[in-house]
Amino acid sequence: MKRKNEKYFYWAFLFPCILAVSLVIFIPLLYGIYTSFTDSDGYNMAFIGLENYSRLLSDNQFLHSLWFTIRFAIVSVIGVNVIGLGMALLVTQRTGKLSNIFRTIFFMPNLVGGIILGFIWQFILVKAFTGIAQITGISFFSGWLADTTTGFWGLVIVFLWQMSGYIMIIYISFLNSIPADINEAAAIDGASSWQTFWRIKLPMLAPAFTISLFLTLANAFKVYDQNLALTNGAPFGSTEMVAMNIYNTAFFQYQQGYAQAKGIVYLLLVAAISLTQVYYTRKREIDL
Amino acid sequence: MKTEKMHKWLVILLGLVVSLAWLYPFVLIFINSFKTRREIFTNTLFWPEELTFENYPRAYDDLDYTRSFMNSLMITVASIIVIVLFSSMAAYALSRYPGKMSSVIYFICAITMLIPFQSLMIPLVSLFGRFDMLNRVGLTFMNLGFGSSMSIFLYFGALRSVPKSLDEAAILDGANPFQIFWRVVFPLLKPTTVTVIILNSIRIWNDYLLPSLVINKDGMYTIPLQMYYFFGQYTTQWELALAGLVLAIIPIILLYMFLQKHIIQGITEGATK
Repeated sequence: MKRKNEKYFYWAFLFPCILAVSLVIFIPLLYGIYTSFTDSDGYNMAFIGLENYSRLLSDNQFLHSLWFTIRFAIVSVIGVNVIGLGMALLVTQRTGKLSNIFRTIFFMPNLVGGIILGFIWQFILVKAFTGIAQITGISFFSGWLADTTTGFWGLVIVFLWQMSGYIMIIYISFLNSIPADINEAAAIDGASSWQTFWRIKLPMLAPAFTISLFLTLANAFKVYDQNLALTNGAPFGSTEMVAMNIYNTAFFQYQQGYAQAKGIVYLLLVAAISLTQVYYTRKREIDL
Repeated sequence: MKTEKMHKWLVILLGLVVSLAWLYPFVLIFINSFKTRREIFTNTLFWPEELTFENYPRAYDDLDYTRSFMNSLMITVASIIVIVLFSSMAAYALSRYPGKMSSVIYFICAITMLIPFQSLMIPLVSLFGRFDMLNRVGLTFMNLGFGSSMSIFLYFGALRSVPKSLDEAAILDGANPFQIFWRVVFPLLKPTTVTVIILNSIRIWNDYLLPSLVINKDGMYTIPLQMYYFFGQYTTQWELALAGLVLAIIPIILLYMFLQKHIIQGITEGATK
């Protein structure tokens, strides 16, 4: 009797979340896999086998978006982690109250949504940069977001500005967990702060790197809001990232089956990257 | 001793420079929102020569600010309530009845966090549309679906440090699992509840894409949605667009000032789990 009762409570406690995750994630995922084999336009669909997937290989716009996103992710991951770690090192020095203020400021952009961040930077890059160009006469500052290159770097800047403070928080928590006596021992042995950083802090930050790389990589691949608000793919779709390409295919061109095939490829790509990351983490943990 | 002092000043100087760079975009938006349209073009970088407050009332009206603020608040609060309620319960079941079934469910939760939204949105919208659920109730339910995995993990981790002897004592007193959980265990999870609320609020309050697909109707717009349409309309009238941006940012900055410590702590826990 008691066991039966327990089972009843077990499922009653789990039921709401299982229902929500099933209806919002699993059933759509399965239905999506099916949709990717059809020519769905949102109203009618007929099974067309692998046609969508083979079409992907010669879709120049999609391949361009993919390559653009990969380049964006590589540059962003390096940039965010260098700046984030730099910020973390900076605010963990003993500067009293100031370091708290610095930390607050560095983290602030992270709380603002991507749409609003994108619009803020549209103003900065287009209007304020033009202002700088007029005053200084430096041509570097004029014509931002008007071509693919400045569009790319504009997106990178917004991402760095938003994510660095977040990654900083992760590095801070790991830096703080390094036992103080190790640093003291190094100082007594006469190590400079430069040596302490390279020989002690950096190796001990290994798990922080894993988490931060994973988070930045996953976030860089998923960028949509910033893309929409900053460039909206302009000029001529050349700054369109994968997420936006899928959206536009589905909701502007009404090729939902085809867009869903892109979505599945995108899912496999993101999952493969994440799992590779986890694999290497495990391996390194064993090596240590 | 001397080098140590120099080192300290160098750190402070560097911190100030980066802080300035990080704050400057906000500052520029703010000061330009008090300029006339003409001055935004002639003097973008500096303090306004002629202050104007006219941009704000117009932007406030055009953004339908009171309504979009309330819409955002309603969606966020409703979603948070169901997420806290149901994910804490689910985590409790998983942690108190370990076994094959619980491991499988835990593993499935982990997998859902890898799935990008763009891979789901097309079938999600089409399925919910078929059952007439593209409305605020549907959106709240979707927020539960997308938010529960991470919240379950956080609660699950916290439950490990709640001793089972507490439950057992309550069972002897004749309480059933619902009573044990809500009266005895849940109050002990308060710090985690704060983290769950903060992490989910930031995500849901700032979310654009999901609400744009689910509640894209005039009168239901949340702040990010309203901002998107507003901005598209006014890119040639920067003075209004900028005042609108300031209005959209203000609630977040104010909250951040008051809850800074909790927010940073919550983010740390959420990210390093």
